[in-house]
Amino acid sequence: MLCGGRGFGRGGGHATVPFVAANPWFSWSYITQHASELLSATRQHVALTVWSVLVATCIAVPMAVVARRWGWSRGTILTGVGILYTIPSLALISVLQAYFGLRPITVEIALVGYALLIIVRNTLIGLDGVPAEVREAALGMGFGPTRLLTRVEIPLALPSIMAGIRVATVSTIALVTVGAIVGNGGLGGLILEGLNNLYRAEIMAAALGCVLLAFIADLLLLGLQRLVTPWTRRRAG
Amino acid sequence: MNTILGTWHWLTTAEHYRGTAGVPHRLLEHVVISGIAVGLAVLIALPLGLWLGHVGHGGAVAINVSNIGRAIPTFAILVLLATVPSLFGDAGAVLALLVFAIPPILTNAYVGMREVDPDVREAAVGMGMAGITLVRRVELPLALPLVAAGVRTATVQVVATATLAAYVGAGGLGRFIADGFGLQDTPMILSGAILVALLALVTEIGLGRLEVGLTPGRRRGSPTPGGAAQVRG
Repeated sequence: MLCGGRGFGRGGGHATVPFVAANPWFSWSYITQHASELLSATRQHVALTVWSVLVATCIAVPMAVVARRWGWSRGTILTGVGILYTIPSLALISVLQAYFGLRPITVEIALVGYALLIIVRNTLIGLDGVPAEVREAALGMGFGPTRLLTRVEIPLALPSIMAGIRVATVSTIALVTVGAIVGNGGLGGLILEGLNNLYRAEIMAAALGCVLLAFIADLLLLGLQRLVTPWTRRRAG
Repeated sequence: MNTILGTWHWLTTAEHYRGTAGVPHRLLEHVVISGIAVGLAVLIALPLGLWLGHVGHGGAVAINVSNIGRAIPTFAILVLLATVPSLFGDAGAVLALLVFAIPPILTNAYVGMREVDPDVREAAVGMGMAGITLVRRVELPLALPLVAAGVRTATVQVVATATLAAYVGAGGLGRFIADGFGLQDTPMILSGAILVALLALVTEIGLGRLEVGLTPGRRRGSPTPGGAAQVRG
């Protein structure tokens, strides 16, 4: 993670541009002097990410359930979220800002759209992986379709769903930065500002902040995953 | 409604299709920048991934590189490289796109080679195959669907991310969006967005078709990649 930073530092040392001395690739003093600015950008970054991933999860899991229960809808749902995922973020955000303006919701809708594919796909993989015998046993015990879903299928698919949420969260954290184009990009705002001032320490601090956030979020979600699926750990151990 | 009519008007104005700032030239720039980045990424990552998969080492490294890659914002790398004066513009864009095209190709090549049935590999060794022959005649053909999926993922991602490169002085269709924001010209922004989205979809669908063609007997079912997920840009 930090190797990237050092790598770029080396590159800067070799560059023979006049302003390199005044424009370091990394600067602690920048971070300490702009702590409050970095903190509020980070706060927005986290808020955009959490909101988007939560909403995406609430939409994607039912979508996957529908895709599994009614076979004809599977192809349509997967193709739909696949097409959405293919649209470049800058294009989607640009179109959305024409209607929603320079507000957080513009970025959030785009982020939800991209997270859908990852979570839908992982939920489907999880549901597909529920053994037929388990399903039959539950039916034999008198479980109705709803109880079968909530008490048997979803819990068994949970490791796969959580894996999807983790991947979606990490990629959302990286993607939030593009929101800076419409004034709501969390740490991305500092990247854009750094581009306008050609100030590397600011860009690097924001980039490292994103990687650090992704790392922390992934660890937290891994902890949550272990907490809600204690049986997987027992089986693995 | 006005915006939709305005966008339609922008897209149907002949003037926007002429010269170096016209749609065909921007499209060509977009394709050339993306093509060079993907080409270089294939040259670097494919032999490495195939070799690592063949010898069966370094898997953790290949997968970790991909996971860390997902967390690094493409936008940040584009902007960081653009602060080097000699890299501002197309050169920096190609370099940044290259960095993000390598992980999916590397991971999929590695996973594809590793997923070759050990019995098949053993049978080939028993028939006296080794080294390059084993790779060329047995492992690579079996790994091809996943390898192709990796290249497709990387290409679609590069085409999408090349749009952002307009913000660091590179050419391509993203220019209409970046310049449109500068000029507060909504029809121009939306036209650029539509063109870029179309290019990305055509790339995805075209390469998907090509991939199905490369998969003899559709051994692996639908052309869904089993390896690395795309990094969004």
